[in-house]
Amino acid sequence: MTHRSFLMFILPSLAAMILFIALPLVSVVVQSLHIEHEQVLKVTENCGPFGCKEETTVDAEATAALRAEKPIGRFNGLGTYFDRGHLAIEDVATAWAERTSLSGFFSDLYNLPLYKAIAFTITYTVVVTPLTILLGLMIALGVNRVTPILKGPTIFVSLLPMIVTPLIGSLILFWMIDAQGIIGKSLQFIFDDPELSLKASPPLTWITLMTYGVWHSAPFAFVVFYAGLQTVNTDTLEAARIDGADRWQQVRYVIIPHLMPLVVFISLIQLMDNFRVFEPIVGFSAEANATSLSYIIYSDLRGDTMRFNSAAATSVLTVLGVIVLLLPVLIRTWRDFKGKVV
Amino acid sequence: MFHKTLALAGAMTILTGTTAIAGCGLSSGNVNILGNDFAAIQAVVAAAKECASDGVTVESNLTTEHRDLQVAALTANPAQYSAAIVANSSIVPLLNDGLIRPLDDLVAKHGQNLQQNQLIVIDGKVMAVAFMANAQHLFYRSDILEAAGVDVPTTYDEVVAAAQKIESMGLMDDPVILNTKTGWNLGEEFVNMYMGTGADFFTPGTAEVAINNENGVAALNMLKALTEYSNPDYLTFDSNATAALWEGGQAALGIMWGSRGGPILDDEGSTSEITGSTVLAGAPTLMGDNVASTLWWDGFTIAANISDEDAEATFVAMVNGISDNVVKANNDDAVWLSPVYEPNPASAGVAATASAGATPYPMIPFMGLLHTALGAELTEFLQGSESAEQALADVEAAYTTAAKEQGFLQ
Repeated sequence: MTHRSFLMFILPSLAAMILFIALPLVSVVVQSLHIEHEQVLKVTENCGPFGCKEETTVDAEATAALRAEKPIGRFNGLGTYFDRGHLAIEDVATAWAERTSLSGFFSDLYNLPLYKAIAFTITYTVVVTPLTILLGLMIALGVNRVTPILKGPTIFVSLLPMIVTPLIGSLILFWMIDAQGIIGKSLQFIFDDPELSLKASPPLTWITLMTYGVWHSAPFAFVVFYAGLQTVNTDTLEAARIDGADRWQQVRYVIIPHLMPLVVFISLIQLMDNFRVFEPIVGFSAEANATSLSYIIYSDLRGDTMRFNSAAATSVLTVLGVIVLLLPVLIRTWRDFKGKVV
Repeated sequence: MFHKTLALAGAMTILTGTTAIAGCGLSSGNVNILGNDFAAIQAVVAAAKECASDGVTVESNLTTEHRDLQVAALTANPAQYSAAIVANSSIVPLLNDGLIRPLDDLVAKHGQNLQQNQLIVIDGKVMAVAFMANAQHLFYRSDILEAAGVDVPTTYDEVVAAAQKIESMGLMDDPVILNTKTGWNLGEEFVNMYMGTGADFFTPGTAEVAINNENGVAALNMLKALTEYSNPDYLTFDSNATAALWEGGQAALGIMWGSRGGPILDDEGSTSEITGSTVLAGAPTLMGDNVASTLWWDGFTIAANISDEDAEATFVAMVNGISDNVVKANNDDAVWLSPVYEPNPASAGVAATASAGATPYPMIPFMGLLHTALGAELTEFLQGSESAEQALADVEAAYTTAAKEQGFLQ
């Protein structure tokens, strides 16, 4: 393909990417560097069904005039990034200077909203990603050995967690793990503890969310591995068998090396997905015990006053986080690619 | 086929014929209503829709997510909705941005039947028309209190003592129930409790928050004392969850919204044993005579970014929506602000709370930011991993950050 026809070929998707990905990203960065105008306040007498009262109100006209002059707001530089709602450098510095022990410092850090969210987000990503890959591989190996007649139904059942919309899936499980629900009651019976509640304590909520995460994304890994298994060279497998390799050795030395590129691919996708964990927190009403970066953005954009600038700063930090997280995998892919070219 | 079309055309003629009579005297205009989704508002909007006719369209979007839509929808020009049904907290962002219009001329022209106390007057201009009142107050089970041998609590200390007795006598596990879901609900519980101390949220005349004091600590400690008699899952309880638990007979002392009274007392979703002994009473006090609750009104506002013609049509349709007939037909669904409204057991709690001197939820531009900060930062104290002072310091820090970013503080 000539460069020209290649360019023509990707032009539509390139245009869409610039329009819907690059430009919004630029706008988010610009927003994150600004804050709202000073609000012009005045005291007015307000009356209603419960009587009259002197209250502070915003002088909408004067504020609108300020806004019309400079619609984007006041330039704040990196101020929003460094405030308490985000990187909180001042609070971190104080906590470090006044630390009595390292664990004391970390518990101070955990008291800040962004660091609390990062703690859960990273734990979730680090735990769920490898477990997803492991479980997906096990399902794929299992399904691959099922008799042909049962394969169809087994594959369908294995895919179900991925087919169910995340929010609905987590909501259904939320009801099942309720103290009155089937899973919640069973757990109380098994552990002989009538006060056991998966929703009440932070560690149990974290375990619940991570179990859900693995359950939900394992089918994706399974489908990819299952497709990969169909391309394993049967001659190599047979040779391994003749050499006396048992089932485990065949998997370890023939199948896994063959599937390695897929492992990289799935890790890449799963790292990105898990870093943006959001739906289960809403579905499980887990905001008391677990917040993620995406959840902070969401809560900034809800409520009576929407905090676009704060949400924009968290979004930029999330994008940077994804880049840092993917860097090792990307470097590895790039090295493989260069190795092939040379 | 032909006959069918003919019959349909006939039916259409009859339909348009009847709606033309009920057209509220309007000849043209587009009405589109955004509002919360509960029985009273559904009744108001259904009646407003009767004004639809040949030239008048009346549409609506009733959703519990209305607060998150309204600013963006009314900022558009022309606005997406011509009317927004708001409460005393959710009117604030619309006022801050100048998104709703003064209604004085429309009230003069079409509002002869409105009461003076229905008009929400801000800086001398009518900005909204209220039609119902609401408040969180005490729900109790008379049979359980009787079995425990305690009187109806009127202070929060008595609520805790009653709960303690009910639990220790084995009458019920976790007898107390509150809307304590992390976020808006938990923030609202603190706001109510803090009202019971009689103190101000802000240093008067400024946007500087002032809750990290002995009053804030007292309010928090009372909340914690109550949650100790609540189901361990209390941090996930919103209004739907608490109403369901109440109807399931899982609680004996509840602090819930008055607007839930009608649906709880009706004969659906519960047994007559539970509904028969459920009584709605005024909100308890915390310190002295200070009622630990806030009064709320729900009312309609009209968008600024629409034509005068649509604004007039919207006003007429909404006034039709809150007419005496609507109030009479839906008497038990809300505490209506109307002379024809007849008090009943479902409204007793709100009425008692108001007459005990509860104050309205502060209609201050930066109150929403404090409410959000409260909802996010109090959880750790209730879970026991943080002191009350630390939790309040966190709230103040979170609020101050947000208020600086929004231009309320320097």
